[in-house]
Amino acid sequence: MGSLIKVWDIPGGVHPPENKAQSLQLPLGKAPLPPNLTLPLNQHIGKPAKPVVAVGERVLGGQLVAEAEGVFSARVHAPSSGTISAIEDRLIPHPSGYTAPCVVIDLDGKDEWVPLERCEDLSSLSKSDILDKIRAAGIAGLGGAGFPTSVKLNPRADHKIHTLILNGTECEPYITADDILMQTKAEEIIAGSQLLAKLLDFPEKVLIGVEDNKPEAIAALEKAAEGKEIRVVSFPTKYPSGGEKQLIQILTGEEVPSGQIPASIGVVCQNVGTTVAAYRAVRHGEPLVSRITTLVGEALETQRNVEVLLGTPIEFLLEEHGFNAKKASRLVMGGPMMGFALPEPSVPVIKTTNCILAPTKKELPPPQPAQACIRCGLCAEACPASLLPQQLFWYAQSEDFEKLEAHNLFDCIECGACSYVCPSHIPLVQYYRASKGAIRLQQQEKEKSDRARRRFEFRQERIAKEEAEKAAKREARKKAAEEAKRKLAEQEKGGAPHKPADPVADALAKAQAKQKSPEAQRAKLERSLEAAKSSLERARQPLEPSEPGAEVTDEQREKQKARIKQAELKVQEAENKLQQLTQDAQAPESKPEPETKAKPESKAKGEDPVAAAIAKAQAKVNMSPEDKLRSSLESLYKRLSKAEEKAAAAREAGDDKADALQQGVEKLKQKIADTQNELEALTPSTVAEPSSASRHTEDVATQAIERAKAKAAAMETMSAEDKLRAQIESVKARLEKSRERLAKAEAEENENVDAFRAGVTKLEDKLHQLTEDR
Amino acid sequence: MLDLIVQNPIASALIALGGLALVFGAVLGFAAVRFRLEEDPVIQQIDDLLPQTQCGQCGYPGCRPYAQAIANGDAINKCPPGGQATINSLADLLDVEAPTLDAEHGEESDVKKVAYIREDECIGCTKCIQACPVDAIIGAAKQMHTVIVDECTGCDLCVEPCPVDCIDMVPVETGLNEWKWDKPAPIEERPLNIIASDRGTTGEAA
Repeated sequence: MGSLIKVWDIPGGVHPPENKAQSLQLPLGKAPLPPNLTLPLNQHIGKPAKPVVAVGERVLGGQLVAEAEGVFSARVHAPSSGTISAIEDRLIPHPSGYTAPCVVIDLDGKDEWVPLERCEDLSSLSKSDILDKIRAAGIAGLGGAGFPTSVKLNPRADHKIHTLILNGTECEPYITADDILMQTKAEEIIAGSQLLAKLLDFPEKVLIGVEDNKPEAIAALEKAAEGKEIRVVSFPTKYPSGGEKQLIQILTGEEVPSGQIPASIGVVCQNVGTTVAAYRAVRHGEPLVSRITTLVGEALETQRNVEVLLGTPIEFLLEEHGFNAKKASRLVMGGPMMGFALPEPSVPVIKTTNCILAPTKKELPPPQPAQACIRCGLCAEACPASLLPQQLFWYAQSEDFEKLEAHNLFDCIECGACSYVCPSHIPLVQYYRASKGAIRLQQQEKEKSDRARRRFEFRQERIAKEEAEKAAKREARKKAAEEAKRKLAEQEKGGAPHKPADPVADALAKAQAKQKSPEAQRAKLERSLEAAKSSLERARQPLEPSEPGAEVTDEQREKQKARIKQAELKVQEAENKLQQLTQDAQAPESKPEPETKAKPESKAKGEDPVAAAIAKAQAKVNMSPEDKLRSSLESLYKRLSKAEEKAAAAREAGDDKADALQQGVEKLKQKIADTQNELEALTPSTVAEPSSASRHTEDVATQAIERAKAKAAAMETMSAEDKLRAQIESVKARLEKSRERLAKAEAEENENVDAFRAGVTKLEDKLHQLTEDR
Repeated sequence: MLDLIVQNPIASALIALGGLALVFGAVLGFAAVRFRLEEDPVIQQIDDLLPQTQCGQCGYPGCRPYAQAIANGDAINKCPPGGQATINSLADLLDVEAPTLDAEHGEESDVKKVAYIREDECIGCTKCIQACPVDAIIGAAKQMHTVIVDECTGCDLCVEPCPVDCIDMVPVETGLNEWKWDKPAPIEERPLNIIASDRGTTGEAA
């Protein structure tokens, strides 16, 4: 059947001694249970799995030990029952000789298993069910790379798969694991291929590619595939036909483009071992916990294929097969062409361990010393990927990575054919591998440095922005300060009232100036009261001692009586005035202040000049001392008119009191004149028109209130510090003014000196307090 | 027209040449304005070669300023983090002889390092955060700080400002992702014993 299918040839390739017979002498064996298993968490390409068991926990065979981390990852299961003895870094089978996280299970030998979820009717399963089962079983490619199978079987929607290829080529010398699998489990391979075909929407062709050096395997497969739409294709043996891309080329004649995956040309390729594992996972619910491994090499007494649990120490396997360490030149995992020397025999078998080669020195001699390249070109002829190994070698030597990439270094499959044919024994593949690693690292570093550059530039930008913002703020603050200074200077210079730099100070000063008048008034009244009292006393005095010897005339007595009465009246009047004034002065203090209620922060300060100014100004509006004076003036006028009437009546009646009465009238007139003077003193400009004057003062006071309010609102928006500063400024200004006034008053020996002095001390205190606050 | 040209060959040649000169001058002038480069493109190329550690060991505040300085004629051997490899590629780019690293600016280290904050000793002063050129340290005032290892360039700049000396430069852990095959030893350095009489020791191979 296989002969009916046309096969193509691949370029290059070599024919090394096959050495496959040694391990096929014995049937497939089964390795005994080792005392413990070491399960690396990264047996596949992609992210390491994450352990889900704890040290000391007992696990059963088939139990999940580590969960896949993301899509490009694979689960790890316990191959047999036992206790987790460690989760730690152990040596792994890797050319680096590094350690990596592993789960170690001490087996109890009972081999107890978790119940497996079997599925009798595969046709009942949907595609996603099958994929889930394959993913849950932790299946990764058993051919060599260990690519997570579920990912490969789930191609992108735009990749229409027309051909499914099962890879049973096994082209590398010595290895017979797939051969024996095909011989013994052909039925499962066929069933598995049908399963995979279903996953890929039944591709037009399902091919099983086998080299013609495995006639028994071909026969078994053909027998199993009879009557099914599966072709077993055999083709001439040549290394490396088993490479995925090479096999695709052989079976379809198509080449996978550089840098792309087979699915891009509609082909999916799976190893036969992987197919069996996928089938068993779906059919029997078995996770991937064992594989077939070839144990071969002259250093072993028994060479054969064994089914071995993953995690079995290679050391243990070698002992079971009579390993003679003295005879062995080295220990290789994989074949002689692509395998690598194991760092230690203690490392475990993993999902990709298809062969353990223990050759003698004669079998696999140590590499001969390399000599200079003679440009023979044999390597180019041998290369299955049609590369130019010679050129790549030169560029790899000089580390010219750009040229290496230009010569498609990354299409190299590292098959080792070039090294095999090289007459100078140059380890060409090693150069390529080193260069690939260097380029990969360089790309990683480039990526990192680009990120660092972006972060650095972003940071620079951010810092510059912050600086600019700060500078702008500073500029604004400076401007505001200059503006304030300018206004203050203006105010100090001209004191242009319509442009007050500091409305609060202004209003306060005005209010205070106005308030001073009642104070002065009060002092004046007190003094006049004193004067009245003393004059009363003086008026009484002459009556008592009287002039010695001289008779006190009636007229004199009358006059004196009138004088006394007058003085008494005066005293009473002064007292009345004083009382009224005191009441007036107290009234605004006891009156509730609506403005202060509206501004809680100014209320809290108690002595807030704004609130005080407002209150004072308001008090001023409500009851100015002028009004009071004016009213008293009116009452004086009334009394004068009465006294004049009386005096006129007395004169008409010829009363001797008429003179006294006339005197009283005179006095009253005098008093009216005094009061008018006082009033004049209080409102010098408006005495002629009292009504308009009062309106004017009212206007001024209202303006003061308005200004004070505006200032208070402005202060609310100001920061606390700015506010304090403004306050200090205004208080300073006021203090200065008060001092000036005081000095002037002292120079003139003004009667209000005391009041001025008190004001100055008060302001000084306040300034002190404010400075302290700050 | 033709007669005119034939009759005044010199004048017409001059006119033709002058006309061409004007046309090309205009085209070139337009191109100079339209396709003007804001920055010397070589600066970007140099910056791409520098390691972007932003460590300032070259004496410039970051890699780009140094790239600008190189473009303006500064020496190319002032970058210890890049080492000889960077010097070589810079020399390639600029077509000059590759000098060795200027020891004045520091020594090349084979081991890549990253900063590590001993977190229980950190007092949360944010000094290292301010020093980090790539914002690779996170933390807040009076809170513990820590280094984002993936973003740390190993520039060293955070070590100096730390008042409690709780920052160490530790070698980067290299795992399987960073591993690569070694390059084989150069052929010339291998001991050669290819003459038959030399083969005594490796007789079995023969």
